[in-house]
Amino acid sequence: MKEKRLGNPLQHTGVQNVLAALIAILIGMLVGFVILLITDSSMALKGLGAIMTGGVQDMKNVGQVLYYATPLIMTGLSVGFAKRTGLFNIGGPGQFMMGAFAAVYVGVKWTFLPGGIHCLVAILAACLMGALWGVVPGLLKAYCNINEVITCIMMNYIGMSTSNVLIRAYIFDRTKNQSLRPVDGANLPKLGFDKIFVADVGTPSSVNAGILVAILLAIVVWVILSKTKLGYELKACGFNKDAAKYAGISEKRNVVLAMVIAGALSGIGGGLNYLAGAGTGIAVGSELAQQGFDGIAVALLGMSNPIAIIFTGILMAYLTVGGLAMQSYGFVSQIISIITSVIVYFAAFILFFSQIIGKLGKRGGKNDANANADQTPPAPPVQTEKGGDAQ
Amino acid sequence: MKLDELIFFLVQQTMYFAIPLLVVALGGLFAERSGIVNIALDGIMIIGAFTGIMFLQMVQATGMSGQGMLLAALVVAALSGVIISAVHGFASINMKADQTISGTAINTFAPAFAIFVARMMTGVQQIPFKNDFLIRKVPVLGDIPVIGPMFFQNAYITTYLGVLILVASWVVLYKTRFGLRLRACGEHPQAADSVGVNVYKMRYAGTLLSGALAGIGGVIFVVPTSTNFNATVSGYGFLAIAVLIFGQWKPGRIALAALFFGFMKTLSVSYGLIPGIKDLSISGEIYKMVPYIATLIVLAFTSKNSAAPRAEGIPYDKGQR
Repeated sequence: MKEKRLGNPLQHTGVQNVLAALIAILIGMLVGFVILLITDSSMALKGLGAIMTGGVQDMKNVGQVLYYATPLIMTGLSVGFAKRTGLFNIGGPGQFMMGAFAAVYVGVKWTFLPGGIHCLVAILAACLMGALWGVVPGLLKAYCNINEVITCIMMNYIGMSTSNVLIRAYIFDRTKNQSLRPVDGANLPKLGFDKIFVADVGTPSSVNAGILVAILLAIVVWVILSKTKLGYELKACGFNKDAAKYAGISEKRNVVLAMVIAGALSGIGGGLNYLAGAGTGIAVGSELAQQGFDGIAVALLGMSNPIAIIFTGILMAYLTVGGLAMQSYGFVSQIISIITSVIVYFAAFILFFSQIIGKLGKRGGKNDANANADQTPPAPPVQTEKGGDAQ
Repeated sequence: MKLDELIFFLVQQTMYFAIPLLVVALGGLFAERSGIVNIALDGIMIIGAFTGIMFLQMVQATGMSGQGMLLAALVVAALSGVIISAVHGFASINMKADQTISGTAINTFAPAFAIFVARMMTGVQQIPFKNDFLIRKVPVLGDIPVIGPMFFQNAYITTYLGVLILVASWVVLYKTRFGLRLRACGEHPQAADSVGVNVYKMRYAGTLLSGALAGIGGVIFVVPTSTNFNATVSGYGFLAIAVLIFGQWKPGRIALAALFFGFMKTLSVSYGLIPGIKDLSISGEIYKMVPYIATLIVLAFTSKNSAAPRAEGIPYDKGQR
């Protein structure tokens, strides 16, 4: 295998996947451009330029990309982690909302805590609350054999209503119909980011230590999945729960644990999002948290690989910021969602693209190492997808 | 409100919530029984509701109206649902992709597309329509005591259509060769293929049927509960998936699950009318949770063994037979 990799980069699964993802992004941008042309052909090129470069237009926007990416990476990790253990965590919105509530509650009320610790406790509260919202589907799946998809959907709505009730009862800002904002001491430290990520005029970007927390947690999740016994057991349950059981792995315990961790990750995402000091409280209403659903797209685009999820989360945020820039040319922001959906759709073809790229690679390279590689049949779909970062 | 009037009212309301859930969940049933997970139901509902309501607005602008137009709108919605579900089918069946991916893509695409096109065409994202489809009283049947006011007064033609779709779904799935083959593809596609069933074709049939029904479901949901379409079906597509699982992938149980959920939903919005409850000063938000908590409790007591189709979500590869 090593020889093969060294012989030709196009034979490397990782390289193939990245190239395939780039093809998906390219198709998404093409579709986006066509829509821009249909909407207003005179402005289409400028609009496309805004989408492509809006995220790096100035340092403030670079910061904004990282700021928007933070919750997306967290919910993406949540969905991706669950997926690697064979579970579909569609409960992100509920976990995210409850995590957000817990963090903001601690941030508003527990002012007796000193500066640095206050923020940590708030994140811990978000983590615990998210985990609590994850443990319910986990327990019901493990002990009552209820499909986690249905329980997650129910928990989303229960979480939305619960957080509405709790916000109204304890931390309500009546004038804005949203939660109060955490006190300054509870917000994530800026680490000087507000000095770096700032435009010539106006307020600096809202980016903060949260992005570092998200990246760190992505690495932690990667280590858990790839380097620990726990991760091995969790993945084994995902591959084949009967075989895992036969090998002496407690399948029930693992299902609960996987959902707890997934819930905690989404919960932290909610916490990080509202401890950013960006001046927004949690809205009270009847909309599920969109970040929870966006996490599904982020995770799937990143093929549930924690490290890849960092990049797909940033990509989604980059498109969001580019979309804001695009709107100044008179285009509606929904075009970005359409582009995102096209990218996600074609991400489904990553396997197909990878195989084509692999074949192209074989045709191009004619050294001996590749002669052997030609004999190896393409891996079956399931293995390629789930073993994304196993190399 | 007198007690009998209250009960009639609750039953009528239950139908408004339960019928769209039933129709969309039956759509999901066809897809999943053929082996294709369709989490795009919410998105397809939005596309169906969008095209259907847009159609209604257009024909109403010309002065035409009436039940025939509503039925025509359902056809339009079904067609758009078929088209968008074909996109899902292509990724899931031909490209053998992870079936949740294209479903997620469609769920992202649908509301954005609906808002984008609506704003392009009319400048605003809401699409208003005139709701003159309520049937105050069905002749003859509406006069039957008890049953008349419950099911044949203040009803929509879509309620009866929903019941018809339920019966038809049961017949198709269990009493026809097509249904048998479809179910075989969801349980053991290799075995189905070995006796000459075209698995790809059957899975396409299941997916396209689910698209048609979800599209119809979108219009059925919007018409009785609103006077304009605002690019959302309030997550009913996801609830329909829940109803499908709750109903253990069987039409009869799905109907019961939809009715149960619809009734709970009705209670949660009209608790103020029920004597005794309205005097308790509990926040309305608490009642909103009732349907979801009740569903969890019922599930915890009833679902010991899952009846999910065995090959659901697994791409079929002829080469691996």
